[in-house]
Amino acid sequence: MIGKKRILVACGTAIATSTVVAKAIEEALEKRGIQATIRQCKASEVPSLAQDADLIVTTTPVATDHGKPVIQTLAFLTGIGKEAVIEQIIEKLKS
Amino acid sequence: MSLDQYLSKSSILLGLEAETSSDVICQLGETLFNAGLVKDSYVEAVINREKTLPTGLPLDGEINVAIPHTDIEHVKKSAVAMATLAKPVTFQNMVVPDESINVHIVFLLALDEPHAQIEMLQEVAGVVQNTDLLELLMTATDPKEVLAAFAKSETDPKSN
Repeated sequence: MIGKKRILVACGTAIATSTVVAKAIEEALEKRGIQATIRQCKASEVPSLAQDADLIVTTTPVATDHGKPVIQTLAFLTGIGKEAVIEQIIEKLKS
Repeated sequence: MSLDQYLSKSSILLGLEAETSSDVICQLGETLFNAGLVKDSYVEAVINREKTLPTGLPLDGEINVAIPHTDIEHVKKSAVAMATLAKPVTFQNMVVPDESINVHIVFLLALDEPHAQIEMLQEVAGVVQNTDLLELLMTATDPKEVLAAFAKSETDPKSN
């Protein structure tokens, strides 16, 4: 593994849902002993920030033409399918 | 810190009559404005944001929730206003904006600082994931019941 992976967490305004999601991902990864740098941004900022990330997790549709994996999910807010999404995130980080 | 500390009796509207999401946001926003917690630009900002960045959350059971909010510049002091709706109102799905969902409970969020809100937001997420609590809220007829329910169900950060 070449250093810490970087996750970009996006939502509409970068203050509400991305805050909850970023914290939830941080805690989930910590529990599994995985380190990652997590950064929050607005959906509109994804195109310019994608190149510095390894994975993008978002609660709202974002641009996908930057070549980075994108996981679009409400799981960290609603709790529905949360475990499955965490596994997905870990898988993407490993590849 | 639990949600009841961000809510007040005047910002809890039960069995609210409303036709549209903008209507709900307007009525709830007014309670925050009257309490001096948000600026007069707030309601319009929330309504406009909802149009492009909707906040409908489809949940597992029969009750769906929406969490409208807007940028911090329209807010004076962090707070939450809540409404249970007399009949479901259409909001768009946050993650699939083209999809309409029937919403029964709305939490209008006034956030004045990005990262200081983490606890309040985690409380909201916790409530959203608690189907029993949502069902209880739908049957409440007095704001005091709502405040008591939130005080009792404060999300335990360790229980995850």
